[in-house]
Amino acid sequence: MKHIKTLTTRDYKESVKKGGCGECQTSCQSACKTSCTVGNQSCEQTK
Amino acid sequence: MIHQYKNNGYNIVLDVNSGSVHVVDDTVYDVIAFITDNHLENSSKEDMLSAVETKFTTPDIKEIIDEIYELKDSGQLFADDVYENSIDAFKNRPTVVKALCLHIAHDCNLKCKYCFAGEGEYHGRRALMSFEVGKKALDFLVANSGSRVNLEVDFFGGEPLMNWQVVKDLVAYGRSLEAPNNKKFRFTLTTNGVLLNDEVLDFVNKEMANLVLSIDGRKEVHDRMRPMAGGQGSYDLILPKLKKAAESRKQTNYYVRGTFTRYNKDFAADILHLADLGFEQISVEPVVAPPEEPYALREEDIPELLAEYDKLAAEILRRRKAGKGFNFFHFMIDLEGGPCVYKRLSGCGSGTEYLAVTPWGDFYPCHQFVGQEKFLMGNVDDGITNTDIRDEFKSCNVYSKEKCRDCFARFYCSGGCAANSYNFHGNIHDAYDIGCELQKKRVECAIMIKAAMAD
Repeated sequence: MKHIKTLTTRDYKESVKKGGCGECQTSCQSACKTSCTVGNQSCEQTK
Repeated sequence: MIHQYKNNGYNIVLDVNSGSVHVVDDTVYDVIAFITDNHLENSSKEDMLSAVETKFTTPDIKEIIDEIYELKDSGQLFADDVYENSIDAFKNRPTVVKALCLHIAHDCNLKCKYCFAGEGEYHGRRALMSFEVGKKALDFLVANSGSRVNLEVDFFGGEPLMNWQVVKDLVAYGRSLEAPNNKKFRFTLTTNGVLLNDEVLDFVNKEMANLVLSIDGRKEVHDRMRPMAGGQGSYDLILPKLKKAAESRKQTNYYVRGTFTRYNKDFAADILHLADLGFEQISVEPVVAPPEEPYALREEDIPELLAEYDKLAAEILRRRKAGKGFNFFHFMIDLEGGPCVYKRLSGCGSGTEYLAVTPWGDFYPCHQFVGQEKFLMGNVDDGITNTDIRDEFKSCNVYSKEKCRDCFARFYCSGGCAANSYNFHGNIHDAYDIGCELQKKRVECAIMIKAAMAD
């Protein structure tokens, strides 16, 4: 595309089909303990 | 839903419901704003083009609409939010516990002025967790974790190194539970560093998946809020220990973790100070405090704080491109391999899959609620006895929060902190407004950095 550059991102819709295993890290536990951030976390299935 | 913004010279269009990130030129940026302002997202390509041509006369407008429509057709632009029903089903699954925050010591050797734990005591009594109580907590975790393999246990306080032997004994006990139960423990330790020594570090580096080290930044900033019992600052005492710890872990799998307050609204300087000291994994967070405290952040501070994040993002980018980058926790974002939608929308797990355990074995929804008797959920002997609290937390997700439903950041923050919501609004289904503003800016900065690195 000439005008739009699209970054590679995870397909949310696909993740509905395959996701939800619950093996991922608890979001608050990681480093912050006062704010909930999940966007930076890794999926155990895609590691 | 589209969220579009300009940051550091980049025009970014975020298609919220698909998670797609588009970096666009000025004309496309304006065309997409025109389409959403005029509710043309679901128009046919021909209708969209005719409407857009009434305002845009650029010769390549047809080409632009072709590109926009191609993205729309592939589900990467103007995508609908189709996840609400899936989340309801997901939240109704049987509850499993997969993480515990063990309050190994309700006691502390620092007297931090912003301590939500009331200088370690959580507004209760000083106490150390016994091995017996900790053992029962780990047994509870294994017994209630269903088929989950990965279990997390954070040794928290107060200051957990004030009860170090019990930490070591519990790690050994946890390891003994792994093979027979097909579990894997990820232990972490959160410490102020005062009691860090070689023996502690050797053990931590062998056993702990993550190490969180508290330091606020510049010496004067740190010492003002994190004094010793006698009032003297703790910076000079802890800094060499923290540096050694970070190096001994090869600058990975740890965080130096600070808090910024109204006293250091120029907190980017503190983060850069930590980076200049050689730390490569940094997390510095806004304080959460009752509004009457002089150090509490106020609504009027928001513009200054947002500008500070922008400044920080630009500097991090500059350093990264020069090969001198560091990780700032809240600008880290995994666009390609991040969590599934369930995880993104279902909240932090407090009160359900994540629980805090007091030194005497009581369960609370998370460390922030410890000491608030209303939230007492049970104990290590009897398990979860107050299931109403668990069910209320279980029902908490971005769709249960009015403020989150239409927020572009909902797939990145998952609805914010329940404790913050409760502290400011008296219920867990709201959101802490100052925190939201800062979170949104952090997401924007994180995506901008990704866009810039993709150049």
